[in-house]
Amino acid sequence: MSSDLIFTFGGIGLCGLGLFGFIYHRHLLRRLIAFNLFGNGTFLILVGFAQQGQGNSDPVPQALVLTGIVVAVAATALALVLIRRWFQLKQATELPEDSQS
Amino acid sequence: MSLMQSPMPWLLVIPLAGATLTMLLPDRWRSAASALGILSQLVAALLLSYQVIQSGPQIYAMGNWQAPLGIALRADGLAMLFILMSALVSSLCALYAQSYLKAEKRANFWPLFWFLWASLNGIWLAADTFNLYVGLELLTLAAVGLVAFAADERSLEASIRYLYAALLGSMGYLLGVALLYGAHGTLALDSLAEHWHWGPTSQVAVTLIVGGLLLKTAVFPLHTWLPPAHGGALTPVSALLSALVIKASFYMLLRFWIELDIYRHLPSLSQLLGILGAGAIFWGGWMALRQQHLKWVVAYSTVAQIGYMLLMFPLLTAGQSDASQLAYQGGILMLLAHALAKAGMFLAAGNLMICTGKPDLQALAGMSRYRPLTIFAFGLAGVSLMGLPPSGGFSAKWLLLQSSLLSGQWWWVVVLVLGSLLSAAYIFRVFAYTYRETGEEGDRFARPALSMELTALTLSVASILLGFAAMLPLQLISLPGPLMEALP
Amino acid sequence: MNWTNSLPLAVLMTSFLAAMIIFMLPESRHRLRSSINIAAACLKLVLIILLLQVVLRQDYPEVSLEVLPGLSLILRADALAMLFAGLSSVLWLFTTLYAIGYLENSPNRSRFFGYFSLCVASTMGISLAGNLFTFLIFYELLTLSTYPLVVHRGTEASLRAGRTYLIYTLGGGVVLLVGVAALYALGGDIPFGNTEQTAALVGTWPGWMALIFALLIAGLGVKAAIFPFHGWLPTAMVAPAPVSALLHAVAVVKAGAFGIVRVVYDIYGIELAWQQGLLWPLTLIASFTILYGSWRALQQVDIKKRLAFSTVSQVSYIILGISLFGPLGTIGGLVHLLHQGLMKVTLFFCAGNYAETLGIHKIHELDGVGKRMPLTSAAFTLGALGMIGLPPVAGFISKWYLGTGALEAGMDWVILVLISSSLLNAAYFLPVLQRIWFNPQQGDWPDEMITRWRDTTPLLLIPALVTATLSLLAGLFASSVLSPLSWAELITLREYLP
Repeated sequence: MSSDLIFTFGGIGLCGLGLFGFIYHRHLLRRLIAFNLFGNGTFLILVGFAQQGQGNSDPVPQALVLTGIVVAVAATALALVLIRRWFQLKQATELPEDSQS
Repeated sequence: MSLMQSPMPWLLVIPLAGATLTMLLPDRWRSAASALGILSQLVAALLLSYQVIQSGPQIYAMGNWQAPLGIALRADGLAMLFILMSALVSSLCALYAQSYLKAEKRANFWPLFWFLWASLNGIWLAADTFNLYVGLELLTLAAVGLVAFAADERSLEASIRYLYAALLGSMGYLLGVALLYGAHGTLALDSLAEHWHWGPTSQVAVTLIVGGLLLKTAVFPLHTWLPPAHGGALTPVSALLSALVIKASFYMLLRFWIELDIYRHLPSLSQLLGILGAGAIFWGGWMALRQQHLKWVVAYSTVAQIGYMLLMFPLLTAGQSDASQLAYQGGILMLLAHALAKAGMFLAAGNLMICTGKPDLQALAGMSRYRPLTIFAFGLAGVSLMGLPPSGGFSAKWLLLQSSLLSGQWWWVVVLVLGSLLSAAYIFRVFAYTYRETGEEGDRFARPALSMELTALTLSVASILLGFAAMLPLQLISLPGPLMEALP
Repeated sequence: MNWTNSLPLAVLMTSFLAAMIIFMLPESRHRLRSSINIAAACLKLVLIILLLQVVLRQDYPEVSLEVLPGLSLILRADALAMLFAGLSSVLWLFTTLYAIGYLENSPNRSRFFGYFSLCVASTMGISLAGNLFTFLIFYELLTLSTYPLVVHRGTEASLRAGRTYLIYTLGGGVVLLVGVAALYALGGDIPFGNTEQTAALVGTWPGWMALIFALLIAGLGVKAAIFPFHGWLPTAMVAPAPVSALLHAVAVVKAGAFGIVRVVYDIYGIELAWQQGLLWPLTLIASFTILYGSWRALQQVDIKKRLAFSTVSQVSYIILGISLFGPLGTIGGLVHLLHQGLMKVTLFFCAGNYAETLGIHKIHELDGVGKRMPLTSAAFTLGALGMIGLPPVAGFISKWYLGTGALEAGMDWVILVLISSSLLNAAYFLPVLQRIWFNPQQGDWPDEMITRWRDTTPLLLIPALVTATLSLLAGLFASSVLSPLSWAELITLREYLP
């Protein structure tokens, strides 16, 4: 089994775990962590593609992963701010079940 | 090519500069800087459209870094239409916000507004799938921030829901893009189209991309995040979100669909999108009919209108060139008419809520006498949304009707027709409340600023005039370009 | 291109611009608003007269604008268009005068007159439309601009009436839209009068074209209040009297009937429609509606409701005339379009006068009103006699041509329909006239308005007298060049018969 396949399968596994966690959990922080797991899985898959070429690796996926990490960090930060504010207002870590008025 | 030769980079540089400046400058300079920025944006947009009309699609590599590592921009007729549409709607919403928001709120509004505009332009002009991703994420962050800064409990809840749905959607999209890269070794849309081959990886990738974009567009049944976010945000934000933000992911879906020939290879997926659209039209319309909160009526109407735009996909069928052309034109015109009408309707609804001080429909009694101009704006926007003539919405519906008749898919005719009756029902329901004469109230209403009434009216009138001037946008989107070549 | 080509647009714009200016005016500027209204109505009348002379020279001015690829908005003044445009612009002037008098001292006049003018602008658009697409646009615009008038009073009853009105008319509009879109899908944009184009289509797809005919007629039939689509008309009676006049005589009902004329003559062509067997179902439905409307009118105790069902019946005379194959039937149908407008508008003006001046709404309250309001009652009598079809009032001319037209088309049984409907008309109008003139007054009037004049205020009285006189003149001088009859004959001669 070559190294890029390990990356790919590892990435797919992480994505699956992340997706499951994101849908299954209600706790906002858990869902956020699950989202990050999903993201890391995607980045792992991309890094795996960078290894395909023998010797010198493809720079494009590396650049993409770097950008992707920055974006994910920004999104996580925004989510954390919102969750903290929510906790301050409602003393809750979950959203109410149904928001339909 | 340098920065000076093409107006294209300015469409990104000005809003980004605007975002930074409005964050750093003291209060009294913020609005002036934004006004300057808006004017220069309008000039840049007009200049670029002139270039595109004169000499065809434009390509620009940021900082002279060529693809694959650099950021390439591309402007064709379709992109130009969206650039102009967002310039018009954003500048009017900004004008509205200037009167609507108190000074301390404006401090938060302007930077987010400019980020939003920058990411919209980034998406319209992006030439590769990864830039589209970056634009989409930036757009989400700015939009969520705008929803949250209403700063009450409900809007906070709405913004968290919105953020989580959007994050899931864009991650699905990114995974799809990663798989595409693995299968094709490129990210640029044009070379993807050139080297396109179907295989299991491509199919999974396309499914992920389409699924992610549908979630971000709030397509039924993935729409549940939309009404609280659009209905709960501050009025100018609601207008921006409904008119422009959801269009971004739709635009991407359209680009993929046509440029990568998805319609040719996955006809059953096209029909599925049409069925989802029909579901959205009926469910959104039905829910709009049941709301008591004015802005939620308008928000659910957005859910329904997204359904109309989706009807374009089953009508883009290989082998039927005429029907596909009509569907493409009708779908884009529908989108444009919705952007103008919905922005006008949200602004008018916001004005009405300022007058009554309450969000309920019940409070609207007697309003058609007190604020005829605002009711007129609301009504005109409603005419376009119902698809009654003369309006942009009607012309769009006519084109879609013709396309379904030509391609023999008569069941979409039924959907279109019943859908417009349903929209008439929920819009006239609001209208009837404003005619109610309760008698005891008197005219104890607050009064919105004139500029706020006029911006709402301008947008609504534009959605009506579109019915007479539909040839202009249709000619613009039919300019030669990669999309037109790929169209069946 | 010459200046006459801009005339149709100018006719449309006079009321459209008037509407826009009125919307902008503050509520308190009553005098200015009334002046603008009357000035616009007079200007329109002048323009119509100019246009009439152009059309008489067999010159048909036209403007068009391409709004979608291969599809244009066309405004074109032909003889038939002038028939309807002339009627509406004359009646608009009088209805405006009447409305100014009727709504004196009532709230929301700015909104009312704005939509009122917009409504007339759409009627002008309907009459001058040069293809079905343009017709459809103004037809829907008419629905939109009449809704605020129907719910004008803002009471529960009027809002309910508005809802009924919308359900019927928007439903009809959608059916019409499907018909127009299907016709376009088969044969492209067909300007009115290009019946050869349709003939070719009928040759290729006879089944589809019959279905499209049914869709178009059904969609138009809602506004024309053909049975079973008439339900909205009596309900909409809660609106103020000038609005009822507008709905019944000037705009809405007539727009439906006029649309049917266009479809039968200028899209399909009467000969083709007859050959394809499309006309006899129309004759049947029209005859049934005539009898049904009269029968229901007989049972009403409310004056306006009785008039409403009478409209249901009278408009179907127009449809009946159209559906009879032959020049005499055509003339009868077209001329009734004008005559019914004049007579019905008179009746509604008078009903409004009774309600405003004395608070009378029910028929039994009319006892002895002839002595209190002689002039109004005289006008009412003229209108009612015309509706029954007594000579020399205009209604007689219409019925005469309809009858001979039926004989010409070989449909003798239609004569029976006409006779029995005239009997029914007499049965529901003559007792009213008897109460007005011969019964003594019973107690006080329900709600008397104190005026300086014996009858009622001049602004309410004069329009009713003028339209009553016009309907009498149209009957007396039917053979003169200026009469509606000769114009209808001109149209028939010039456009329909080879």
